[in-house]
Amino acid sequence: MRNYALLILLLSSITSISQNCDNTLSGTVRDLHDGSLLTGATLIFAGIEQAVQTDLDGKFTITNLCNDTYSIQVSHPYCLTKGFTVKISGNTVKSFKLEHHLEELNQITVEGKAYSVKSKTILENTIAKEELERFSSGSLGDALNSLSGVSSLNTGNTVIKPMINGLHSSRVVIINNGVRMEDQEWGAEHAPNVDINSVGNLTLIKGAGALQYSGDAIGGVIVAEASKIPVKDSLYGKTLLTAASNGRGSSLTSQLTKSYQNGWYAKVQGTLKRFGDFEARDYVLSNTGIFERNTSLHAGLNRFDYGIEAYYSLFKNEIGILRASHLGGAQDQIRAINSDRPLIINDFTYEINEPRQDVTHHLARIKGFKRFDSFGKLSLQYDFQRNNRLEFDIRRRAYSDRASLDLQLDTHTLLLDLDSHLTDAITLKTGVMGRYQNNFADPNTGVRRLIPDYDKYDLGIYAIADYRLNKQWLLEVGGRFDYTYMNVFKFYRTSFWQSRNYDELFPEIVVEELDNQILTNPQLNFYNSSGTLGATYSFDNNYKLFFNYSIASRAPNPSELFSEGLHHSASRIELGDLRFNSEIGHKVSLTFQRDNDIFSFSVNPYVNTISDFIVIEPTEIQQTVRGNFQVWEYRQTNAQLLGLDVDASYNFAKNFHLNNQFSLVKGYDRTRDEPLISMPPVNTKNEIVYQNPQLNNIRLSLQSDYNLRQNEFPDNNFAVFIPDTETMEVVDVSTPPEAYHLLNFNSSIDFRTTKTVTLTVGFGVTNLLNTSYRNYLNRLRYYADDLGRNFLFNLKINY
Amino acid sequence: MKKVKFLSTVVLATLLFTACSKDDDTPLPVNEEEVITTITVTLSPQAGGPPITLQTKDLDGDGPNAPEIIVSGPLTAGAAYNGSIVLLNETVTPAENITLEVEKENIDHQIFYTLGGSLDLTTTYTNFDDNGNPLGTQFSLTAGAASSGAFTITLRHLPTKPNTGLGDAGGETDIAATFNVSVQ
Repeated sequence: MRNYALLILLLSSITSISQNCDNTLSGTVRDLHDGSLLTGATLIFAGIEQAVQTDLDGKFTITNLCNDTYSIQVSHPYCLTKGFTVKISGNTVKSFKLEHHLEELNQITVEGKAYSVKSKTILENTIAKEELERFSSGSLGDALNSLSGVSSLNTGNTVIKPMINGLHSSRVVIINNGVRMEDQEWGAEHAPNVDINSVGNLTLIKGAGALQYSGDAIGGVIVAEASKIPVKDSLYGKTLLTAASNGRGSSLTSQLTKSYQNGWYAKVQGTLKRFGDFEARDYVLSNTGIFERNTSLHAGLNRFDYGIEAYYSLFKNEIGILRASHLGGAQDQIRAINSDRPLIINDFTYEINEPRQDVTHHLARIKGFKRFDSFGKLSLQYDFQRNNRLEFDIRRRAYSDRASLDLQLDTHTLLLDLDSHLTDAITLKTGVMGRYQNNFADPNTGVRRLIPDYDKYDLGIYAIADYRLNKQWLLEVGGRFDYTYMNVFKFYRTSFWQSRNYDELFPEIVVEELDNQILTNPQLNFYNSSGTLGATYSFDNNYKLFFNYSIASRAPNPSELFSEGLHHSASRIELGDLRFNSEIGHKVSLTFQRDNDIFSFSVNPYVNTISDFIVIEPTEIQQTVRGNFQVWEYRQTNAQLLGLDVDASYNFAKNFHLNNQFSLVKGYDRTRDEPLISMPPVNTKNEIVYQNPQLNNIRLSLQSDYNLRQNEFPDNNFAVFIPDTETMEVVDVSTPPEAYHLLNFNSSIDFRTTKTVTLTVGFGVTNLLNTSYRNYLNRLRYYADDLGRNFLFNLKINY
Repeated sequence: MKKVKFLSTVVLATLLFTACSKDDDTPLPVNEEEVITTITVTLSPQAGGPPITLQTKDLDGDGPNAPEIIVSGPLTAGAAYNGSIVLLNETVTPAENITLEVEKENIDHQIFYTLGGSLDLTTTYTNFDDNGNPLGTQFSLTAGAASSGAFTITLRHLPTKPNTGLGDAGGETDIAATFNVSVQ
């Protein structure tokens, strides 16, 4: 009302101007993001003291303007006021754009909706910042584990690989701040090189639907994004300290952000994490310490219609691998498996000895975007990653300070993406990707290369469109094509080369024949197509139904193609196959969701049928001078995974709610008609939470985590001859461990110490009952129990 | 407009990547430095005469070929022998004598002799580590009555020392070679 009064006042002050001042300026005021028309925006003409407001259709008209240049200030209650200069020459039409949703951007704690949706027909699971902070001393895998349908393939308790609906490693793509992680992710004992504390929001897409990132995510995509930085003058930070009893260590992470009203910002973040040997209920897990050091820098300019940003992160992690898991052969394996305690238990120490991993990952990216009125937002990104992986084995002393594995993987990627609103109902995302990768295996290790030297080139093109048919229906369709060329230099053992008949199949790739090795130059081409088709139906009330079909194609990874030799940490000989082609997954997933303040749930059944699925399985026993080893060979087969994920949340009383999660997955080799190895057993998590925002935001939670026994598994046992007893003994590498139940407690309370500083104190206990258990998906389950009770103390300061 | 931009970027990217690709020098071969390919046990009769040799040789290491095993002849009942073990890495030229390394790092190693079947013989350690515990690259062997069976030699890295045998030695198996031996 006051606005109108002001307007009348302003209008009444118009003085008549004599010369040629009968021009009209008309146009619209729109939201810069989605082009929607803004109602009630005010345009003030400086100098002539005129003002006008946009009508319900976002239109305005102002008359009696001279042929002159005017300064106009455009404002709207939910937008940042912006000045424009307009030259009037006759009747002029002009539209103005304002940055809407400013309120949202200005919040320091940005809600999940501030992050864009990655796939519109697959229900995404997200973990927000508050939840992520509870995993500050853990890893990315630990945090993801809290979602339904996600489990993890562990090597001890520090190497945690996320597993989505039963699939992991090369089948799960991790996008870290817009960059696809290239960190030797094919390895089951290679954890993602992402600092959990640098992540502001974590999104999980179960399936390959998010084609803008990749076409080979047969398992799914994990998107880690940094926190959004507000467009206003501010300086704020956060420091989080976690101390834990198990491992007797702590993690310290701190970040500081400076932002300006004009869009410039800078952020610096760092994490230091150090733990000694962890402990199971009954003993120390010797040599399981971890020492992690990370830092990230982020700076840029975020304007309404253009922006540029630079990001750099360094991740350095030293991880001890359970000493008792290092074995010499099948006889050692029998001793280790038959013993119910690890064969080597030493006193607690912070020292990390062999076997250990030492990984450094650099990630740098530079990105710019510009919004064009006519066709949308265009962004260009270049990123560079350097991953250096060192693995130290137990060797004779003369070699003990030399790594057994020394790989350097460099990746350059160039991305061009276009997001456009073709009409109000249709949006289109398209883009191209070019990538060059070089892997260098240092020969100074004195151990034959696990992964050969190679150059890899990728070129990808995608397009995804979604169409809002009406209030109920949203349709999505997308396609992607990727071309991969690999130029490899690989030394084969002559005996292996001949035993595989490669000498007859591939004589043309031989470069040089040495005494007992052959240098070859395989050049491989893969043409992969992927696509997605989906629909979402929104019911009148709180219900929604998501349907998605996606097809994903994945080129075999270097390990599947080129492995050929003893894998120490698994005590087995692993053999790849040069002849593999891409595996192709077809996933159909359906989600029924109810989103409501009192009772919410989602039920998500799915079927993933994968042709030419690459599995590794035991084939024979090989004799060497070290004794007998089991030989595991990669093979392609047809696989099928069926599963069901359920999430539910119920606010049964004021400040109380219950969370439930249930994940089931069954995996089969359809060619051999047998279960697939390492499928997660049925898991259900139930949690009761009390949270009272009126009482210092106190939060108490008690969680029950129940894992059933995996009853479907392939029988990979084998028998070996034991000289001392002169008997054949069976090595049981197949039987899964028993079911187990864990209780976890967590609490936190906020204290506002000054106007701008908030202190949060937290206390938690994991494995409250100190249960002794072994996890089927832990590769070291043969040798030792999993973690015992752990007391955690958190201190967080927001300032 | 869009198409032009895309195409130009594709061309640009291609150019960039072609420019990146360097002329690769072929990588250097890696010869396994730690691998033991050949184990030779020489049993010299204390009374004199030609020695008996037990040898296992696996030149492709972890490769598909099985070790070649040679037992030069039977042992003589009641005879005493001086035994010595030589470990070689024959993937490199000249062959590397790993025995020297094992003897140098003597407290980290121990060789065990295990008998199978009805094989009637006894073994005694004749060399020891710096702490006075058995090492076993040198030993003496006395053949008993006529018999035959498996004679296994095991080298353990970082065993528990002292120990009572393979059962409580722990450590990792570096070699495990079994020979079919007869006493006549």
